[in-house]
Formats: sequence, structure tokens, C-alpha cells
Amino acid sequence: MATAALVEGGGPPIIQASERRLVLPTNILTGILLAAVGYWAGVQLGNGFTLNDGHNTGVLLGYSFASIMFLVGVGFANYPLARLFGWRVTPQPAGDDHTGAWRYLNLSLDHKVIGVQYLVAMLMAMLFGGIGAMLIRTNLLDPTTPIVPPDRYLTLVSMHSVMMVFVASAAIVGPFGNFFVPYMIGTNRMAFPRLEALSFWLVPPAIVILLAAPIFGGFQTGWTGYTPLSLQAEEGFDSYIVGFTLIGLALIVSGINMLTTIISLRAPGMTWTRLPIFVWGVFSASILGTFAAPILAAALVMQSLDRTMNMSFFISSNGGSPYLWQNLFWFFGHPEVYIFILPAFGIVLELIPHFARKPLWGYRTAVVGLLGVTLLSWFVWQHHLFMSGVAPALRPFFMLSTEMISIPTGIVFLVAFGTLWQAKISLTVPMLFCLGFLFNFLIGGLSGVFLSDVPSDVTLHGSYFSMAHFHYTIVGGEIFAIVAATYYWFPKMTGRMLNTTLGKIHFWWMFIAFNLAFMPLFAAGLLDMPRRVSTYAVSLQTLNDWVSFWAYLLFSSMVLFAVNLIWSWFFNFKTAPANPWEVRSIEWQLPTPLPRRNFATIPVFTGGPYDYGDPKAKPVADLGGPPDRSDPGRMGGQLEPTPS
Amino acid sequence: MNGPSRIHTLRLLVAWAVLSVIGIVIALFIRLPPGDQSRQAGDESSLLQLMLILSVPVFVGVCLFILYAAFVFRQQGKGLVDGPPSYGNFRIQVAWVAVTAVVVFFLAGVGIAGLNGAAQATNFSTSRLATSGTAPVGSSAGHQVQVQVIGQQWYFTYRYADYGGAESLHLVLPVDANIEIHVTSTDILHSFWAYELGIKADANPGVDNIIYVTTMHTGSFTVRCAELCGIWHGNMFDTSGKVVSQDEFATWIAQLQKDNADLKLPPYAPAYFPSPRVKGA
Repeated sequence: MATAALVEGGGPPIIQASERRLVLPTNILTGILLAAVGYWAGVQLGNGFTLNDGHNTGVLLGYSFASIMFLVGVGFANYPLARLFGWRVTPQPAGDDHTGAWRYLNLSLDHKVIGVQYLVAMLMAMLFGGIGAMLIRTNLLDPTTPIVPPDRYLTLVSMHSVMMVFVASAAIVGPFGNFFVPYMIGTNRMAFPRLEALSFWLVPPAIVILLAAPIFGGFQTGWTGYTPLSLQAEEGFDSYIVGFTLIGLALIVSGINMLTTIISLRAPGMTWTRLPIFVWGVFSASILGTFAAPILAAALVMQSLDRTMNMSFFISSNGGSPYLWQNLFWFFGHPEVYIFILPAFGIVLELIPHFARKPLWGYRTAVVGLLGVTLLSWFVWQHHLFMSGVAPALRPFFMLSTEMISIPTGIVFLVAFGTLWQAKISLTVPMLFCLGFLFNFLIGGLSGVFLSDVPSDVTLHGSYFSMAHFHYTIVGGEIFAIVAATYYWFPKMTGRMLNTTLGKIHFWWMFIAFNLAFMPLFAAGLLDMPRRVSTYAVSLQTLNDWVSFWAYLLFSSMVLFAVNLIWSWFFNFKTAPANPWEVRSIEWQLPTPLPRRNFATIPVFTGGPYDYGDPKAKPVADLGGPPDRSDPGRMGGQLEPTPS
Repeated sequence: MNGPSRIHTLRLLVAWAVLSVIGIVIALFIRLPPGDQSRQAGDESSLLQLMLILSVPVFVGVCLFILYAAFVFRQQGKGLVDGPPSYGNFRIQVAWVAVTAVVVFFLAGVGIAGLNGAAQATNFSTSRLATSGTAPVGSSAGHQVQVQVIGQQWYFTYRYADYGGAESLHLVLPVDANIEIHVTSTDILHSFWAYELGIKADANPGVDNIIYVTTMHTGSFTVRCAELCGIWHGNMFDTSGKVVSQDEFATWIAQLQKDNADLKLPPYAPAYFPSPRVKGA
């Protein structure tokens, strides 16, 4: 029959929809079942089409089909199929009919549920990546007799790095962006709730597929997946291709969704200059995610075609070029690292005013700084290719553009310092992690300058120095910001406070262990230890053993964090106060636990989120009162949260 | 500026100046790798030290500020008190951006100068080596020895273009010479890193990647692979690279040519094209 126009309250005449149900109820169990079926079908098809000697297409197609079928089983096909064939559509997918834990295990279009789902998934992925790091450090205890053979060692290194890249790309925008951006801008939902859910449900298959890599020989390429080395890798490399593509798709859909939401769903009064700086951080990272991740996805498809069908995009003996992969990868890869750090800047600059009890000093400059990093990040990718021999004449340009990144980054520090100046600081656990972030990121940034000048980069490139540099920015920077955000927002997300004493022990333990573990690695790099080696000079054994020792302590500090999370969440039955930090930001003005519907009426923002100590400051928003339907501003915000 | 503000500023500035001076003095005594075996290595050491010195005041300033804020600007007693509502100071922001910009452009200038200098030949009046007769396209004048580095899983071999393409498993170079190094690969990406010489260049299949080094002192050096190249990447190193006197080099290269006489080497070429799919032995 004809399509059904399900328009409520007016519009064209509604054509009666035919009643139809899918054979299986859509939930996570169906998803897993269909994923298994999809995998089997993909392998059968791939085995029939092995076009290139040596490489089996089965695993690649199996992973791809399994991912698609998983999403179908979880319930992503219901709505499009129903609209396509005119079936009656249930207004909400299965997950939102449920309460309790089952709701969190199924497809839900509620941004609060998605935020919590993301948080748990990211913490689990971080655990897997962390275990990988511990195995790497254990293997490096002895310089000449590693515990596992080098192929397994490199698989460990590669899986650790790719897993942690998954975590770093999504662990701020995913949990905290999805959960709090709608609150902060005063809306009941994201612009595209289904895309929001999709951006989460792409992540579990990516993690599982990556973890499956050792079954098919693993992959020894690191997270960069350089060709032609990747052509030598076995089917384990298909985990890299499919897993990373799924994460790339998640970045794209999440980026588009965040941009649209922040641009068009802001409540009345939420002007661009009142936007919380965390939202600005998410906004700038979303710009990068939207425009950089497609390049990754396309390049990964080219890799898979090279591997399975000898397409020769990157095979030099057939007319391709490995430089093409390096350029495509880093054209994505360098914006990618700012996808990691921009939301972290946002968190630190968001939390510092609240705990310093002062307005954010130089708000507009901070925004310019974040957008400046966003812009510059497109013009620096070739600093990863300084030694590659490509376009030597461009080196001065990329050297300058890379060093110019320190100007907007310096602004972030200036804004933090201006806010701390003569402040009334409460050294709460989130604040401690923010100050720790400033210290660690300072070292990460300064070491980045050493790497950016070509002559000094000659010695440092590809050594442990660069490895220490990016661990300082990502672990010392981003992970510290993630932990700060978790301590800060956990009471609002779960209704439970995290234990403060454990939190303070966690901070000092993690801060000391992190610095003592990674500081010596700068020296290892200067003493000619290249990255990703399973054996190293005997003279460096003491240094490496010291690093391993403190790395174990760093990991155990995260175990303490996990204990704190689990205990406070599930074994502590005291509901957190609505505003435990006594801050101005709007999400804390709402009751805990949060009502299912964010705002009974769309709020009208009347003041900035950081106007502490200002006698002229107005309340951050007008939350109460019946909806004034004659007020066009409020009507503009009346988008209902229940997409059919 | 109000009274307390001036006191805080003064204290911080004095502490910053004192600690920075101490830090810079210490940094002046730290000799950073890679050393002075080649002119390029010496330049890199100096640049690394310059950056270390420049980063001392930044590091000291930020750490000092964080500690000062954490101890001095704290909530006193029970109950939260708000700080002074200051929304920014345009002049400070402009000054900060200007200072960081100046430092950045200065460092980029130093880097660009170093980049140009690295390719320049030094004029050695005592050198007895003839200037390379087989200079290919892209070669700059004044370079006396041309060496080709070929990366393969998992070792480097070296061919001397001026000596009939003779091949060696260890890199031996004459001292006081301008050397032109052509890096290529026969299978996958490697990166040729002669640590003490301060040179690094990726080895790409089918690509002739040219770098320059000017040897200044005799001694041994380590060659490593600095790009992940498969399972034995960590074992792809050779500690017996040598910079020797020009007489020793002449003797050594003559012996090498003799040893190579009955080897059937492929003709010397800028790049070689075997199949990338065949794994190393």
C-alpha cells in the first residue's frame, strides 16, 4: 500500500498504515544473534570471493555484516523499514519501554541513558587498553628475552593503541557531551536522537571486533596501519579496518548531531556568548569529527580494497604510493588528536571557574583559543612526515603551523590562570584533577615544541620521546580531564556521590605514578630507544624497569577509581544532594535524580554560567512557571522529546 | 592594580625570576644528545639545548602559578565565598598572545635556518676525497661521498655509488667529508636512524630519499630502524657503524670492492622494485 504520513494534529489526511511486526523483538539479544548470523553469512560470501592471493575476504565481510546485522537486531532498522513500507511505528524503541538495568542494555533515544551507556562502555574499553599497557610493560622488563614473541608483542602494542584511540576519541563527547550538552543549552533532546543512539551502538561492535584481532593472527602495524606493512598483516588487520571505520562513523554522526543541536536547539537566552565553555569544547571537537573522520573511513576502505583486491592505491610497485596513506591517515590523524583534547580543554575551563568561584576570565578569548586550535589543526598533519622524504620544501611551513598551535593553547592556560588569580579555590577532587591536567599538559605541550622543529625532530622522531609526549597530552591531559569530569558530574548522572577520600588518594596516587612512569621515557627517547620495539639496549634496562614499576602503580590507581565507582554507584544508597558543589551551572539547578523529561518547560536563560561574585549577576535561568505560549521565544524551544 | 594584587604579582615575579635563572644555569650545563660526531648532530644538540633553556621559564612560571594559586588563593574556613568578579583584561590577553607569538616565530626561524644549514656542504681544506663524480638529480654541489642505504626486513645494507656500487652490511664513512645519503627500501617502510650522526630518513619502496651529513669526528655509531617494520623491528639495529680517517676509509673501500668482485649485485639504481608482499627471510 501507499506510505503512511504519521502527522499528528493536522497536516495532510492520514493514510491508514498496515499493521505489521518484525518477526523478532528488537533488543540486544536479537542483536547478538543476528550479528552471529551476519558474521557467518559474510564469511561464506567472502570465501567465495577471495580475489587476491593470500588474503581471505571472509573475515572482512564477516565483521562488516555482523556489525550491520547487530544494529538491525538492536532496533535501528525498525523506523526506516516502517516508514518505507508503511507499517505502524511504535513511538519509542524497546529500550525506552523498560526500566532499570535492562533499559541501559537496549536501544534508547534518551540522551541521559546514552550518556551512561557511553560512560560504562568507555570505562570498559579503557580497562582493556590499560591491561594491554600492563602486558606491554611486563614484556619490557627484560631487554633481550621478552615473555611473548615479537609478533604477539606488536599485536599487544597495536591493540593497546587502537583501543585507547577509541577511548580518547569518544570518552568525553560520548558520556558527558551527550548527557550534559542538552541540559546546558536548555533542550529536552538532541537534534537527531536516533543518530545519537547510533553513535553509541557503533562503539560496542568496534570494541568487540578489535578484541577479536588475536584470533586471526593479530596485527603488527600500530595504530597508524602504514602500508605496505599492513599488506603483510594477516586477517587480524581486518579488525583494525572494520573497528576503526565504525569509530569513524560514530565520530561523524555524533559530530553532525552535536553541531546541529548546539546551533539550532539552544533555549531562549542561551546566546553564543553565554554558551558554557564545555559546550564550546564539544562544538569545536565536533567540527573536527564531522570533517576529519570521513577521510579516515574512506582511507580505510581503500586499505581494505588494497588488501583484498590489489587495488593498488598504496602499492608502489603497482603505481600506488605509501605516501598517499600517510597523508590521508594524518590528514585525519592530526585533527583527531584535537578531537581528543578540545573537549578536555572544555572540561578544565568549565570546572575551574566553578571551583575557583570566579567568572571565567577572558571567556571570548578562550572561545577564540578553542576555535583557533580547530582551524590550525587542519594545517599541521605533515609534521608526522618530516622524515618521510615527501615535499621537503613544505617543511618550513608545517614547522611554523605546528608551532603556532602553541598560541591558542597558551590562551587556554592564560584563561585558566586569570580565573585562578585571587580566586577562592576549593580543592575538591575534580579541581585537583584540573590542576594536575594543567601541569601534565604543560609538559606535553613543551615537549611538543621540541618535536615540531625539524632539526630537533630528526633525533626525536619515532623515538620514545614522541611516545612520552603524546602520553603526557592524552593520559596526563585528556584522561585527567575525563576523571575530573567523572568526579564532578557523577552525582548528577547516577544520583550518587563518589567517595571524596578515595578520590583524593586516587589523585595523588595517579598523579605521582603517572609522572614517575612517563618522565623517564623522554630520556629513553633521547638515548635512542625507538618506539614499538620488543627488545632494547641492555643499558636501558634499569630505566625501563623503573617505568614498568610506576606503570603498574598507575594502573592500580585506576583500579582504585573503579572500586570507588562501583562502590559508590551500587553499594551506597544515599542520594546525592541536588547541587553538591553549590555551582551556578544549570544542570545542578535541577533535582537529583533527574526527571525523565529534562525541563517541564523550556527554560529561559537569564545569566551566564560563571557569574560568581558579581552583584549584578542574574540567576542562570528561569526554570519555573507554566509555559507562556504567547511568548514566541519559548515556543521556539517547544520541540517535543519523543520522536516517533 | 589593587594592593593585594600588587603583592601577589611581586612575589610571583621575584620567585619566577630567581627560579628561572637557577633553572637556566642548570640547563646550560646539560649536554643533550646526539653529540658532535657530525655537524648536523652538533646543530641538533644546540637546538635541543636552546629549547630546554627557553622552556625553563615557561615550566617554572606555570608550576609556580599553580602551586601559588593552590596554596594562597584557597577558600578559608567553612562556607563558600565568591572571588572577585573579574571578566578579563584585554591588555594582558594581547600581551600574552604577542609574547607566545614572538617565541613561536623565533623558534620557527631557528628551525628553518637549521634546516637549510643541514644540507649545506662544509669546505674542508685538508680533505683528500674527490667530489662525487656521479651526482644524480637533486644532488647538491660539494658532496664528496654518495652512499645508498637500502632498508629491508630486517637489516640495512649500504652501497657506495662512487665505488662501483660496492655493498656493505655496516656503514663506514670517512671523517671530514660531506656525505650524501640516499635512503630507499626494497619491501616496506623503514626509517634509517644513525643516532650519533644526528640523521634520520624514512626508507620508502621506490623512493630515493636524500639527506646530508658532514662528519666531524671519528668514532662508532649505532644505526637503528625508527619506523615500525614488522616483527623484528626491535632487532633491526647495527652498533658497528664507524666514522674513520680518510686513509682508513680508502683502505677499507678498496678491500670492500675486492670482496664484492665475485658478487652478482644488481646494478646501482636510485630505487629497487621487488614485490612488497614477500615477507623477509
